[in-house]
Amino acid sequence: MSEAKHGPDLDTPTGQTTTGHSWDGIKELNTPLPRWWLWTFYLTILWAVGYWIAYPAWPLIASHTTGVLGYSSRAELAQAMTALEARRDVQSAGLRQATVDQIAADPALTRMAIARGRAAFGDNCVGCHGQGGAGGIGYPNLTDDEWIWGGTLADIELTLLHGARWSQDNRTRTGDMLAFGKLGLMQRAQAESVVEYVRSIAGLDVERGADLARGRQLFVEHCVSCHGSEGKGNRTLGAPDLTDAIWLYGSSRTVLVETVLNGRAGIMPAWAGRLDPVTIKALTVYVHSLGGGQR
Amino acid sequence: MSMPAETDDDGPLYAPAPKVYPQSIAGRFRRIKTSLLIVCLGIYYILPFIRWNRGPNLPDQAVLIDFERKRLYFFFIELWPQEVYYLTGLLILAALTLFLMNAVAGRLWCGYLCPQTVWTDLFLKVERAIEGDRRERIKRDGLAWTLDTWARKITKHFLWLMIAWWTGGAWVLYFNDAPTLVRALTYFQAPVAAYAWIGILTFTTYSLAGHLREQVCLYMCPWPRIQAALTDADALNVAYRYDRGEPRMAVKRVALEHAAGRPAGDCIDCNQCVAVCPTGVDIRDGAQLGCIQCGLCIDACDQVMTKVGRATGLIGYDTEAAIAARACQAIPPKRRIVRVRTVLYAAIIALVGSAMLYQLATRQVLSVNVVHERTPLYTTLRDGSIRNAYTLRLANKQPEERFVAISLQDLSGADLTVAGAATTHGDPVVLVPADSTLEVRAFVSVHRRDLSAASQPITFIVTDVTAKTTARVRDNFFGP
Repeated sequence: MSEAKHGPDLDTPTGQTTTGHSWDGIKELNTPLPRWWLWTFYLTILWAVGYWIAYPAWPLIASHTTGVLGYSSRAELAQAMTALEARRDVQSAGLRQATVDQIAADPALTRMAIARGRAAFGDNCVGCHGQGGAGGIGYPNLTDDEWIWGGTLADIELTLLHGARWSQDNRTRTGDMLAFGKLGLMQRAQAESVVEYVRSIAGLDVERGADLARGRQLFVEHCVSCHGSEGKGNRTLGAPDLTDAIWLYGSSRTVLVETVLNGRAGIMPAWAGRLDPVTIKALTVYVHSLGGGQR
Repeated sequence: MSMPAETDDDGPLYAPAPKVYPQSIAGRFRRIKTSLLIVCLGIYYILPFIRWNRGPNLPDQAVLIDFERKRLYFFFIELWPQEVYYLTGLLILAALTLFLMNAVAGRLWCGYLCPQTVWTDLFLKVERAIEGDRRERIKRDGLAWTLDTWARKITKHFLWLMIAWWTGGAWVLYFNDAPTLVRALTYFQAPVAAYAWIGILTFTTYSLAGHLREQVCLYMCPWPRIQAALTDADALNVAYRYDRGEPRMAVKRVALEHAAGRPAGDCIDCNQCVAVCPTGVDIRDGAQLGCIQCGLCIDACDQVMTKVGRATGLIGYDTEAAIAARACQAIPPKRRIVRVRTVLYAAIIALVGSAMLYQLATRQVLSVNVVHERTPLYTTLRDGSIRNAYTLRLANKQPEERFVAISLQDLSGADLTVAGAATTHGDPVVLVPADSTLEVRAFVSVHRRDLSAASQPITFIVTDVTAKTTARVRDNFFGP
């Protein structure tokens, strides 16, 4: 309940007037705000009106008021992006002129290439090769020291430009693991035999009583043309080294037999034409820097 | 049911702030205030011009906040953005010093040191010099404006604006090389930001010190409210000794009252304490929000007491406990500076202060951070060994470039290579540029037979080849 009284009501202890309202006997002292405070409030209202005029403010049915300054946050972003592109263009000049070897010899260019390569890798490569080039089954790990098609800067650049087994590019890397089973060149038992032999030269355990001599015989007949007489592989043909600890598809007997019978032919797309030369150079230097790069 | 008639005599909801015309006064506290004003403003205006040689390639300004290069310089101290926690320490120290001051002797900050007080004092000096003392100013403001009034008002506001402009001008010098910026400002070639900041500070100084003055303390500043909650009966405060002053009366009446056997106080109700008060409060109403405890009323009262031949000190620094005791004829308690409150504040100040000093004294000029590569967590190499990749960030906080050797500890049989590093005495060495950081990629490989667990601790040690100082950082080596 509030009652209004006539005349200012004086509060005896403080000597101040009250607002004249009483709520269950409790009254409020009337302590007026300083007038400048009110002016400050009016000023903020004025500021708001100025803001409506200057900046986009009011929603309309299909659009909104645009403000006399013509500001929009989207335009600001576009402007910032253009400025960034322009700045990158200046930085790219160095990358555009230099070869990958020249870039790798210059620490400043290398830093720039790695930064740009990392971004481009994230956009284009992680789908198959994984974050950081970790790879997966059938997709080479780019951080190790095994390179199917070669791990020098020039090798990596060539693979990036033309891909591997990419039929649309006539300079693509070629070389297939034949499907010895499907082509009728080997029976399953023979495949199992040659797999035991391959496991033996890779330092993996061999089934007891396995006929390694027969396996070796089959290896010499069918495999040495690509993988070499010692199984060390051949990068020109994309034939991997069979003696090391790295297995693209896995080293279990089942997988190896499957590989021999059905063949393997992983594809890497050609990026020339899809990515600009500077990005390809940056990617080359980045991939080379992941840990496995060779000289 | 009948409603009572609405009335509009509830009183105003807002009112003009009463104008305060502080009168000039001479005395001990006025001298202290003037000296502190000269010292504080002197430091503020001159500090940016003081030089401090840090060697080549580094700025030679003693106090400089360099946003462009992201460094803070304070004489022999140089701080990087990641050391911003020193600012936290400083803020804690500042708050606790304020509390301690308050527990010992009231609002020393408000009365003598606060920029609002110092600049208002300076503006008042200008006002007095141009428009005269309290009486003349009140008189002039009550009359119609003459040409002389116009001339004086314009001169005053012009001088205020000049001081305000200098305040902003000095401010921006803390963020740039002062002599260079002064030259650029003179030729109107300084960056827009510099002019904008000068403009902002000119506006705030002019309006806060020239126009709002005590309103800042009364309505804007949080400290009077906090202070009121922190003070206690044992804190010294500027106080009116009502035990001696009351009841107030004219000098002539004292004999009459005494003859009638009634008490007579020393306060002659001359109102001088109110006239000199820069916030316009009456100290005789007791401790209050508006009293900044600048001591000018002490000077005014002492002057009057001397004139009427009474002992000075009717207003003075005293504690609530002592005055209350004397008022009931008791012996005032001995003033206790050592109290739980003051000891605690001092202890925390000492603790935070010494922690900061220790940090500063043992500040690492070479430091290293590490991020373990997560994808892949580890790589199997052709010979079956396991390799982990790390990104190391080396920080060289010295004014010259340094060769830094990187080595490993804790992992036996580990082989370390660092991209782009030369090798001396078996350890990779990189060149970290002066006063900056360098990010390098480090590869650590271990033969599988040397790995005893899927995760093993590993420590990187970086050594400044010249100074032999080292820094280390721990991480883990992961394997299958």
